[in-house]
Parts: sequence; structure tokens; C-alpha cells
Amino acid sequence: MASDTKHLEITLETQVESVNLAEEMCLRVAEAAGFGEDDCYRIGMSVREGVINAFHYGNKERPDKKIHLAVDLTADKMIIHVLDEGTGFKLSDVPDPLAEENLLSTSGRGIFLMRAFMDEFDVVSGRTGGAEIVMSKKLPAPGSTSPNGQGGQNATPQQEA
Amino acid sequence: MSLHATHRDAGQVTVVDLSGRIVLGDGSALLRKTIRGLLGDQRKKILLNLADVDYIDSSGIGELVSGFTAVKNQSGDLKLLHLTKKVRDLLQITKLYTVFDVFTDENTAVRSFD
Repeated sequence: MASDTKHLEITLETQVESVNLAEEMCLRVAEAAGFGEDDCYRIGMSVREGVINAFHYGNKERPDKKIHLAVDLTADKMIIHVLDEGTGFKLSDVPDPLAEENLLSTSGRGIFLMRAFMDEFDVVSGRTGGAEIVMSKKLPAPGSTSPNGQGGQNATPQQEA
Repeated sequence: MSLHATHRDAGQVTVVDLSGRIVLGDGSALLRKTIRGLLGDQRKKILLNLADVDYIDSSGIGELVSGFTAVKNQSGDLKLLHLTKKVRDLLQITKLYTVFDVFTDENTAVRSFD
């Protein structure tokens, strides 16, 4: 890890309250890093969705399992890792929530939202054997104080079939 | 900020005034309970006023869709009023903006149930 990278890590219980806790922690980091209001919203939402995914799909809401959240602040971006203790999944297996037959589904939009709101997004196999969501957003340019920072580069979200 | 919900009658339409966040946990649960309670009272023309809801996550979106489907299944209608920019953007990128009837004026919304 580069010496100018700041690293934060927290282990969360598999419970609903962890979603809010993770969001609040990452929002503080994002605000301190200089992100504008809109980007903070997008980052906070993405963290929520990542932890909800770990809570519900990864750990199956089992309280004996943990959720591992890590944040890296590098010179040019904020990188967020959300690792669960489940069995992992493939992005290609995730149904497209924009498909006509899925529009009225009551779930399955979390991955889509993370992709829409962050600049980079991937899911890898984590050290626990579970899924590790890795997503990042480029830091605002120095001197940029716009409250309406630009959103993810995926203005039109890309979704795998 | 947790979710608060109150409802009032506008003719045969029940207007539900929501404020706060519709997110995983109590917020989504309260929305579900409110809609199911209205259906239990045979109130099937439901207008959700989201003027004071500025945050919905995927769980909240799921609950809106679930409520919409539940009301439709009982031959009723569930429509949305006064979306904030964030909520409107969220419904647009998830393509749900075309599923729900969305209004910016309460009187127009109420009349649309006739």
C-alpha cells in the first residue's frame, strides 16, 4: 500500500444497525476528503447497498457472521471494500433489474445502484471465501468546492445481462 | 431520521403523508404496515405524499413496489405525489418512474383516481 494512502477498517455485526453505521462512517470520510454533497449521497448510498448485500445475501442475516468494511483514501480516489462471510457470487448471475420481467421485483437493485453511483465497481472472492465488493470514486479536483460534484462515470448505469 | 407516516382522507382517496427515510429496517417496515393497514380497512385508493422523503434505498424501493403490487392485486391504485429530486432521480434510473403514476399537484392526483 502506498505510504500516502490512509486506511480505515471496521468489523461490523450482521445486523440492520450496521448499515447505518457503515454509511455514517464513510460519509464522514468522504466529507473530510472534500467530496461535494451529491457525491457524498452517492457514496453513502453505495455503502448502504454494499452492507445490505453482505447482511442479507452474503451472511444470510446470520448473527454469527461478520461484515468487514474497509476504506482506503489514496492520492486520487476513495476505495471502499465490503466483505462478507458467505459463499460468494458471480456478477454475471445477478439479474438485470431493468429488464421488463424484473421491474416489479421487490429486490435486486443494490448492485445496480452501486454501479450507477460509483466510478469503479467489482466483486471479487474475498479472504473469507465470501464476496468482496470493491468500489471507488475519484476524489474531487483540488480547489473544487462544488456542492454538486459529478456522479459516477456511469451516468447511464451499465448492467450485465 | 426515522420514517413518520400519517394519513388523511381526500374524498375516497387516502393521502399518506410520509417524512424521513424509507430504508432497510423500521422505515421500510412502517411503510409496509401502513399500506397493509389501509388495505385491511378497504382503502384501496392510496396516494403517497413523498414531499418530505429525501432518501430511499433499495429496500425502500422494494417496499414501494411491494405496496404497489399489493394494492393492484386488490383492484386498487397506489400513486405518488411530490417527489424530491433525489427520489425522482432514483425512480428514473431504476425505470420505476414509468411504472408509478407520479403527480406534482395533489388535487390533480386525487382526481386521477376517479
